[in-house]
Amino acid sequence: MARSSTSKDAQDLFHSLRSAYLSTPTNLKIIDLYVCFAVFTALIQVAYMALVGSFPFNSFLSGVLSCIGTAVLAVCLRIQVNKENKEFKDLAPERAFADFVLCNLVLHLVIINFLG
Amino acid sequence: MMAGGGVRFLVLILTVAICGAASVFQPISDAHRSAALDVFVPVDGSYKSLEEAYEALKTLEILGIEKKSDLSSATCENVVKVLGSSSSTLKDAFYALNVNGILKCKIGEAGPKDIVSQLQAGVKDAKLLLDFYYSVRGLVLVKEQFPGTDISLGDAEAIFRSIKALSQSDGRWRYSSNNPESSTFAAGLAYETLAGVISLAPSELDPSLIQTLKKGIVKLFDSIQKFDDGTFYFDEKSVDASQGPISTTASVIRGLTSFAASESTGLNLPGDKIVGLAKFFLGVGIPGDAKDFFNQIDALACLEDNKFSVPLILSLPSTVISLTKKEPLKVKVSTVLGSKAPTLSVKLTQALSSKSVDSSVINNQELKFDADSATYFLDSFPKNFDVGKYTFVFEILLDDSAHEKVYITEAQTKVPIAATGVISIENAEIAVLDSDIGSVESQKKLDLTKDGAVSLSANHLQKLRLSFQLTTPIGNAFKPHQAFFKLKHESQVEHIYLVKTSGKKAELVLDFLGLVEKLYYLSGKYEIQLTIGDASMENSLLSNIGHIELDLPERPEKAPRPPLQSTEPYSRYGPKAEISHIFRIPEKLPAKQLSLVFLGVIVLPFIGFLIGLTRLGVNIKSFPSSTGSAISALLFHGGIGAVLLLYVLFWLKLDLFTTLKALSLLGVFLLFVGHRTLSQLAAASNKLKSA
Repeated sequence: MARSSTSKDAQDLFHSLRSAYLSTPTNLKIIDLYVCFAVFTALIQVAYMALVGSFPFNSFLSGVLSCIGTAVLAVCLRIQVNKENKEFKDLAPERAFADFVLCNLVLHLVIINFLG
Repeated sequence: MMAGGGVRFLVLILTVAICGAASVFQPISDAHRSAALDVFVPVDGSYKSLEEAYEALKTLEILGIEKKSDLSSATCENVVKVLGSSSSTLKDAFYALNVNGILKCKIGEAGPKDIVSQLQAGVKDAKLLLDFYYSVRGLVLVKEQFPGTDISLGDAEAIFRSIKALSQSDGRWRYSSNNPESSTFAAGLAYETLAGVISLAPSELDPSLIQTLKKGIVKLFDSIQKFDDGTFYFDEKSVDASQGPISTTASVIRGLTSFAASESTGLNLPGDKIVGLAKFFLGVGIPGDAKDFFNQIDALACLEDNKFSVPLILSLPSTVISLTKKEPLKVKVSTVLGSKAPTLSVKLTQALSSKSVDSSVINNQELKFDADSATYFLDSFPKNFDVGKYTFVFEILLDDSAHEKVYITEAQTKVPIAATGVISIENAEIAVLDSDIGSVESQKKLDLTKDGAVSLSANHLQKLRLSFQLTTPIGNAFKPHQAFFKLKHESQVEHIYLVKTSGKKAELVLDFLGLVEKLYYLSGKYEIQLTIGDASMENSLLSNIGHIELDLPERPEKAPRPPLQSTEPYSRYGPKAEISHIFRIPEKLPAKQLSLVFLGVIVLPFIGFLIGLTRLGVNIKSFPSSTGSAISALLFHGGIGAVLLLYVLFWLKLDLFTTLKALSLLGVFLLFVGHRTLSQLAAASNKLKSA
């Protein structure tokens, strides 16, 4: 009985999370999707490196850090754009987006330089 | 203007000795003439410029080489074209007239008048030295080539003064009044120009002007430079001058020659320096460069025939006296271009031997003259004239009779002479001695002129002695330059020893006890070879004397081994072993297919992202519709795209600095556009919120 209850609890938990998530605004969902995309790309790069060895190590680092960096910046954007976040009430979402774009451009300049 | 006519009586014996190394200078010969044909006849049948044509034709004319007719006609066409056109520059007209003077092309009737008016205008408007040079010398050439043409120089004294104004106190000249740099080459050009002004002036110029010029020449000669062998030359002061010593010295000589020719009171130039300048040009040899060749020959032609002094060169066809052949020593005296010298006498004042420098073997011997070959010769040498190296000191005495030109020679010409003869080799013998007692075990007499078959044997306790006597033809002791004794083992290992000479006797003693280690403990048959050689020895020899059987003790373990001898004696000059370079092993790269597969796999998350976006219902409905905002929005997205494209280019081929420069521009643009777009968006959303 305990096992079925834990699995039922897990299922209930999963369902409640899912329904809560469905109510988030679309723009936040877009950002979440972007973060997942970036992290997946980083994981694939790590898997490739594990397979073939890290010969151009700088290229590997550059690729992985590009993905992780852009994911981090997207998370920051999400924090700032989220209307439920009281801390950033006065910050306009357009300003946050502009910061996101600027930081991404600087990150990618450094990445491309390091790519070799 | 009186030419320096009249008869001059001059005997020049300069008592100033010129200290310098002994060397022989040869006048211009047929080797120069054949080289000139290679240097100056263009391959494609025409000269590149009139300046080149003039230099080539003048050199060929001075050397007495015939001109080619097709070349002449092609050049003449060019000359006629330049002289006929009214828009030719002064430089082109000048060189065209020079070429015309050599080729004597047919210029039309109106030709000279146009040219004269152009050159006269050039003289009037001239401000730079080169303009004065081309126009004045051009007028002089017109006067020579078209006699009867009316050439008036206008105010000759004013022109003289304006050229003189460019001179400097150290004897050099400036090219223009703006440029403070002075040049010796320009001084030569200036003297030629001033000579032209003097010759074209309608009346005599103020003698004080000419006097100051002569002082300038003396100052210019103060800046002359010299080499150790007694040659003098002019060179520019600055390191990066465009003219080298040959062209600078030639320019100065040209200038002085024309100045002396135009000037009536005579020019006195230091004689030893004139001879030194002649030797400088003769010492150049055969130049490979056309300009150097022209300058050399032109300067020598000026020295050959001028109004101050004509240098005479003493040269020897051969500097070796063979005491066995008993041929006379021949000496030639000629002008620099090889023409005949006037009557003179040559005296050998001293013959200094290299062994005893202070006493001379020959004193004040006059050389006899052979009129057929125009050479002076010395056929009798004193009895004590031995083989060896000598320095012969010659002096030239010009005859008292009248000469039209002033000739000048070096005070003393020092020539290195080598006397060779047959050295007699006597009492040559080779012996094996017992070392402690010194008694002779076996002794053989040698005849070094033939290869002998001497056969000796020795062990390591004995010595080998070789001795012989060398005497010169008159019986003096002779120390050869090379006296080598070689022992060659059957295994091709060689040992060479020097035979020492003391007095008449030459001896070598080899103590095998001390040499055992050097001989690598190799016992067996050794071939003996003796080499005696010297530059003064006509019968230098290399003789295989025979062989010696050496009995040496066994090699101990630590003794050095003989070096490996290659069978082929010249193999050390052959190709060496191939060097195999060790390169860094390249990193192992994954297979190409694997990389391409992963490229595909990487794209998958991106596709997943796009699919997810469509599933979320992403749209661009809030894209602004009004034109202003639409344009800013488009520019914003375009700007971001441009920056990403710049990054791709940066990765592919640009470098960081170009990228940063472009990025700064794009960034500023993006900043403005983005601010506009986003503020418009913010305003729109605020309106929605408030509404």
